[in-house]
Amino acid sequence: MKISYYPGCTLKTRAKNLESSALASLKALGVEFEELPRWNCCGAVYSLADDDLIHLIAPVRDLIRVKERGHDTVLTLCSMCYNTLARANELMKSDEEKRYTINTFMDEEPDYAGEVRVLHFLDFIRDEFGFDKLKEKITNPLNGLKVAPYYGCTLLRPKEVAIDSPDRPKLFHQFLEALGASVIDFGSSTTCCGAYQVLNEPEATLTVSHRILMDAVNHGAEAMALTCPLCDYNLGRRQEAMKEKFDFGDFPIYYFTQLLAMALGLPVEESHFELNLDSSTELLKNKNIIKESA
Amino acid sequence: MSTTVEVKEAIEAKMIPIYIMGKKYDVPETLTIMKAMEYAGYKYIRGCGCRGGVCGACSTVYRKPGDYKIYSGLACQTVVEPEMYLTQLPFYPAMRATYNFYDITGEPEQVFGLYPELFRCVACNACTKICPMDVEVMDYIAALKRGDIKAAAEISFDCIQCGLCASRCMGELPQYHIAQLARRINGAYLTPRAEHLKTMVANIAAGRYAECLNKLKSMNEETLKKTYTAREMEPATAGEDWTPEESKCL
Repeated sequence: MKISYYPGCTLKTRAKNLESSALASLKALGVEFEELPRWNCCGAVYSLADDDLIHLIAPVRDLIRVKERGHDTVLTLCSMCYNTLARANELMKSDEEKRYTINTFMDEEPDYAGEVRVLHFLDFIRDEFGFDKLKEKITNPLNGLKVAPYYGCTLLRPKEVAIDSPDRPKLFHQFLEALGASVIDFGSSTTCCGAYQVLNEPEATLTVSHRILMDAVNHGAEAMALTCPLCDYNLGRRQEAMKEKFDFGDFPIYYFTQLLAMALGLPVEESHFELNLDSSTELLKNKNIIKESA
Repeated sequence: MSTTVEVKEAIEAKMIPIYIMGKKYDVPETLTIMKAMEYAGYKYIRGCGCRGGVCGACSTVYRKPGDYKIYSGLACQTVVEPEMYLTQLPFYPAMRATYNFYDITGEPEQVFGLYPELFRCVACNACTKICPMDVEVMDYIAALKRGDIKAAAEISFDCIQCGLCASRCMGELPQYHIAQLARRINGAYLTPRAEHLKTMVANIAAGRYAECLNKLKSMNEETLKKTYTAREMEPATAGEDWTPEESKCL
């Protein structure tokens, strides 16, 4: 398996804490990969219009870049990028007519028919690296950390690209268990955070996001782990607005890779917790996961 | 007078048909598009700048028979081809954001704020395909979308601001203006400062050359001319280690 890593735009700007901790972890796990030297924005959202082929050009072009590098797998961290790339890939595999149109339009690139495999970091760990091997690498287990895994939508829907059961997923649970955390199962772990509705319906979105967080709290969670920068915005950064409206805030939110990097005993700087809520660092210190002396 | 005929044949280029804005002209095959248009009777008042391939004023689009592709080139650099259909596109309207550069600190969000249409790019690549300078336009737009201003500045380095990218863009982006902002930010904030320049400016301010300059300033014209003529020059064959006899004013 030859792996291209596709970062996505947000990981280069607002979600550096997701990228930095993930790349450090991959290195620590001894995974060989190459960051794509040439890539464009995937489009972030997969177009639902049947004939809107122009919005498939961007993700397919990225998949062609992977093929051009001679790699058979593209690894993603952002779940929006995962969803867009994986769905574009499915279409290029299955729809002969649209594949022809897209390949003809991009006549400056080699033809593409879905030869590359699109993986998210989580299903890569489960299917390729293995949880058993991961457990062996843990030097700083997240003992006593009661954390709720939040899947969001785009890793599980639609089912054609789902990395686990869309109804009863357990992959993220297993991942956090492997890190030594106490995993809190809660009903809203696959409920939509509100996503881009935050732009035109900020109040309604805030209500939805707050409900998800309250569900986790009511099930005994001390923190939440997630995979998506947009979920992080709605569930993390928007807690500032929740303080006013719901008297709720300072609930620690982590990217899954930050918890992985801590469990692997990597330097705390790799996780860039300064981009998380302050309470996130405090909780890890209280649990002695971030060692005060270090 | 057979010799005259031979010479005449040797210097006369073959005539080929080209179509300028749809009208056919026979022009010598050796000419550039710009010379061919002048040969055909066009007179350049605008749409012609440096004639040296760097100013971007004479960008031209053309098609060839039996080929769906659009080609582009600078009229002053591109040699005519038989049956080409061409038109010059010396200018293309594109919105340029107004900003006070001293307010720009180099945060990607400032570029996004000035040019929000950046995010209308769908990576169709029409910009790159039309660029007469072979700049990877789509790639620098992709770099800017992820906030990598330095990469955008470097990828767009050869841009001559002809505007053909903007003419082809389905997202209506003014790519070349955005790239110019990226290069300005790169030059002002992202490239390392020349530390030796600071030292030199300080030295000059402290009077490093005062004596030499005052001496020159006090000379009359005649002495100045003599001194100039008699100045020590580096020989054309001098090696790397050459130094002048008089090094006081270096």
